[in-house]
Formats: sequence, C-alpha cells, structure tokens
Amino acid sequence: MMRSKTAAAPFALWMTLFTVIPLGIVLWFAFTDEQGQFTLSNLSSIGEYAGTFGLSIFLGAIATVICLVLAFPLAFTISRAKGRKQQTMVMIIMLPMWMNFLLRTYAWMSLLENNGFINQFLRVIGVLADGQSVSLINTNGAIVLGMVYNFLPFMVLPLYSVMVKIDNSVIEAAQDLGSNVFQVFGRVVLPLSLPGMLSGITMVFVPAVSTFVITKLLGGSKTLMIGDAIETMFIGQGANYHVGATLSLVLMVLILVCMAITGMVDKEGEGDAA
Amino acid sequence: MQTTKEIIKLKDITVSSDGEQVLSGLDLNISDGEFVTLLGPSGCGKTTTLRIIGGFVTPDSGSVFFDGKDMAKLPPYKRPVNTIFQRYALFPHLNVQDNVAFGMRVQGKKKTEIRETVDRMLKLVNLVGFNERRIDTLSGGQQQRVAIARALANNPRVLLLDEPLAALDLKLRKDMQAELKNIQKSLGITFIYVTHDQEEALSMSDTVVVMDAGRIQQIGTPQDIYNEPKNAFVADFIGESNILDGIMHEDYLVEFFGRKFPCLDTGFDKDEPVDVVIRPEDIDIVPANQGHLTGTVTAVTFKGVHFETIVDFKGFKWMIQTTDYYPVDSIIGIVLNPEDIHIMKKSEYSDMFGDYSSYSDEFDELGNPEVDLTEDTAAEVEE
Repeated sequence: MMRSKTAAAPFALWMTLFTVIPLGIVLWFAFTDEQGQFTLSNLSSIGEYAGTFGLSIFLGAIATVICLVLAFPLAFTISRAKGRKQQTMVMIIMLPMWMNFLLRTYAWMSLLENNGFINQFLRVIGVLADGQSVSLINTNGAIVLGMVYNFLPFMVLPLYSVMVKIDNSVIEAAQDLGSNVFQVFGRVVLPLSLPGMLSGITMVFVPAVSTFVITKLLGGSKTLMIGDAIETMFIGQGANYHVGATLSLVLMVLILVCMAITGMVDKEGEGDAA
Repeated sequence: MQTTKEIIKLKDITVSSDGEQVLSGLDLNISDGEFVTLLGPSGCGKTTTLRIIGGFVTPDSGSVFFDGKDMAKLPPYKRPVNTIFQRYALFPHLNVQDNVAFGMRVQGKKKTEIRETVDRMLKLVNLVGFNERRIDTLSGGQQQRVAIARALANNPRVLLLDEPLAALDLKLRKDMQAELKNIQKSLGITFIYVTHDQEEALSMSDTVVVMDAGRIQQIGTPQDIYNEPKNAFVADFIGESNILDGIMHEDYLVEFFGRKFPCLDTGFDKDEPVDVVIRPEDIDIVPANQGHLTGTVTAVTFKGVHFETIVDFKGFKWMIQTTDYYPVDSIIGIVLNPEDIHIMKKSEYSDMFGDYSSYSDEFDELGNPEVDLTEDTAAEVEE
C-alpha cells in the first residue's frame, strides 16, 4: 500500500497543481464580481448565450454521430485485417494527427473558399459559370466537416482497440447459431464494442462542442460557438474573466450531463442485447 | 443400432490456401446418428474439413450435400449444423443462460420455450443453477459444458466438434469424453469430431477417418483402423507399430529378416514387396534359443501396465510391450504367430515409420500437446 501511494504522489501533485487548483480558480471567478464580492449575476447573464450553447451542442452532436457512423465499419474492417495490413491501416488513420491541427484546418479553408480548389475545379469542368461559386466555407456544414475531419481518429482508435479483442470465433459462433449479418452485428459486435463507442463519443463530442479554431477558420464571423464566446471573454477589448469562467463552468456541466445521458442509453442498449 | 441413412456427403473437395493444397479430392460420407472422428496430425486438413461442413470455408471445388441437397451456397447461419469451437467461443458479454439461449432468441422462439430448453440443456451438461453466472467466472471444463449446451439448444441434426477437449487436463478430458459419448447416444444426433488424439478417437467413435496431407488415409471402425491399418502412416499414427520391409511370397506366407512366416493375409502379387506391421503388445518373448528371431535389449522404460522394451534385431530396433522385465543387454528370442503379423501394400509412407532407433525424439514430439495447439491455431488464422 505504501509503495503504491508513493508512486502515485507525483500524479497527485500534478493533479492538484494543474487540475484542482485551476478548477477552483474558475469557480472563484464564476461566482465573484470585479470587486471580488460573491455574486450570482454572472450566472444569470448566461441566459443570453442559450442559443450559442444550443448551436454548439447541436453541431458537436452531429459531428459525433457522423464520426461514429464512419468509424464503426472502418474500425471493424481494420480489426479484422491481418497483421501487417492492420498496422498499415492504423498508421494511415493516425497520420493526419501528426500534422499540425491549424495546418489541417487551413488546408480545408483553401479547399472550400469561394476561389478555392473545389469551386475552381467545378468551374473548370463547367458545372459552374465563370465568376459563380458555391458557398462552401462559412457554413455550419463546413464547421461539421472540420470537426469530423479533425476528430475522426479519436473515434476510430478506441473502437478499434476494443474490436481487435473480439475473437473471430465468437463471430463465427453467432453465425453458427443462426445469426445473419445484422444479428451478428446487433447481438455480438455492437455490445462488445460499447466501451470503445463510449470513449470514442466522449473524445469526439467534448472537443467538438468547445472548439473555437474550427469555427473561426471554417465558420467565418457569423457563426459563434461557445468556444468562440469564451475566447472573446479572455482576449481582446471586451474581456470579462468572470463571465468567461461562468461560461466554461456551464459548458462543463452541460457536457457532463450529455455524457451521463449517453452512458444511460448505452446501459439500456446492453440490457436489450442481453 | 445405426441407421445407414446418409446425412452428409462430401464429394471431391479440394481446398488450397496461399498456394498450398489443404485438401485434395476428399470424399466422405457420414451416416445419420454416427459418431465420426476426423483424426490426424496438425495441418492434415481435419479442421478445414469440419469448417467446410460448418460453412466457414468454401472449397475451391467439390460439393457438400446435406440430406442429398447441395449446401454449397448456404451461409453458416442457414445450415442445420452447430459447432463447438476449439476455445469454446462463448459470448463474454452474456451470462450462462443467455449464451445457451442465443440461438433460440435469434430464431425468435417463445420465451417459455427458451426458458424450458435452457434448463433442460443445463441439466444435460450438469450445470443446474449456473444460469446467472458470468462466463469469466467459469472453469475451462464448465465453459466447455456451456458451449455444448449452447450448440445443442439449437437442436442440430449434426454437431461439429473442433478439438473440444484439447485445452482440458487429462482427468477432466477422460470424464468429458465419456460424457460427450453419452450425450451423443442419448440424443441420437450425428457427431463429427476433430482430434489429433488417437486414444480419444478410438475410445469414442463409431467411425474413424484418419487423415494426412489433405487426404483420407483410411476410414473404418476403431478396431479396423487399429488391427488392419492400410498403410505405414495409419499403422504408426494409431498406436505403436514396428514396420518392416517384407516380401509376400504367396497367400499366407511372408518373408522378412531372411525368414518365412505364416500369416493371415491374401490378395498380393507373387513376391510383392510389402510393409509388415507387428504391434508391440502382440510379441511373445521366449528364451533366445527358442525364438523365431533373436535380439538384444537396448532400452527399457517402465510404463506402469507394462515395460516398453526396445530390442535390436540385426540393426533394426523394435518396440516390445511386455509385463516381464528384461534388463538392458540381455539376449531374448521372440515368437510371432500368424495373427500377430499384418501385411500392408507399399505406399508413399513406407520406410518413414516403424523403426524405433530414434524412439525418444518421436515420443517427445507426440507427447507435447502445446506443439499441436499452437500449430492448429496458426492454421486456423490462415484459413
């Protein structure tokens, strides 16, 4: 016991310094005014951000669902591939993650712009007339695209790591006992992949909801997500740490609620399958 | 006892994987209600044969008939067979009763019927009261029983068993052998059983199919296979055998070691070269001056029931199983009666087996279950 406590000490120190204390500071800012007096006025001013919160959760949820739908068959295919092929496929999934996040998002900008690659291409092949363009950038669609592109590996990898442990003979046993493809999926693969699904959803949804870079670069100035709202509270002229801290806090609570709901749905699903 | 109605027929099955021939021109007929064992060393194609019947491997050519109907196009889930997999393949997210109920749920059976069948199956495999237990809390033997119950709950016409006892220890394996045989008898369904353990094959089966190198070497009852092996491979793989070169001069007369012996075999050409099989337990030891042949004992191993005595006859080492102890270097004589001598046609396996000069090495290889297990797994992955 002593040994494991000693070993955990650096971690405990780290957590205290960089998680517990900062969280305390956020709390302190959220419930005080400029004079350092306790107040709930920050919290009551959050109401005007309801739309922003709603949009963030909406776009984050759509991106998460798209990631899940794309990642599930992909991860399953990778998990069934053989040795070297499997390693190569995992590499290819991880490859974009080794490139800078900003760079990747800028790349999408140059693809989606009104004079970007896609519009130019459409003009060349004659789908669009000269001077015409399809508005791709600065839309909610572009934001979701950016989220899916950037966060897809975070869905694929946890799913893959769970699926790779599913023994092929278990799938064969399900077929042997009379399950068609859909029954094998619903009664064996899906329930056995649930832990990976849950951590994948968390790893995509949380950064997607709170992103501000993707919104800024691909969503233009008109779409404001909660990440952008928080950013403006800490940087520039209208900065207000107290409102910013409150927004962060509310976002955290909302995400926790969303995760709790996901967890409950998953548990029910498990009960169904069993 | 047995109905002779044919339930499964494999015709001219050929399978290759990565350019290697796994099965070549395999023909096999299986009767309804029979306990058939596919026996052979790892890589002989026995598991592939089973997987073809189960629908998990599609042969390159040839056909599979069930009740006279071609099954080639049927996917595994539509076949009236169920499989017990080598490592059980239980569903880790389901408890015992949900594992057993899996097949019936998929088929949409009624809840009351499912509950009744689950209880009946758990009773059959001696797991009453284990309904709610999680799979990972069960021992290997118990998991094996759940796998049996799960497969039988689907009421299959044919049960396929892929080395089901390979992972169990010896004592448990013996018990499960008897139990499986009882289940098969009481339910009257066809069992197709794959094993590399010849003793298991002999003690459980109605029919043994000995396989090697993707071909069937011999099909017969356990007694036939043991007493009348068709070639040197079968003679060596099933039990212990001394295999010598001989010449069949005429019916009932064979010559080996420069001496003519009367035997019971007929139907060979005049002076045809043959393989002569003499089982170690059939040899009678007599004082040196009274024997047909005289040899020197080179090694003795006590095996409990008998002594395994290696005897050198003119440079060719025989194994003799005897209840009497003859020390190393003693000179003994042996007597061979006509019924002790079995004659086989020459085959590709001649001269490969039957000399006990390198006895200890061979024993190590055969006696190590780990070797077979890992090789079989590798073969499975390749498929």
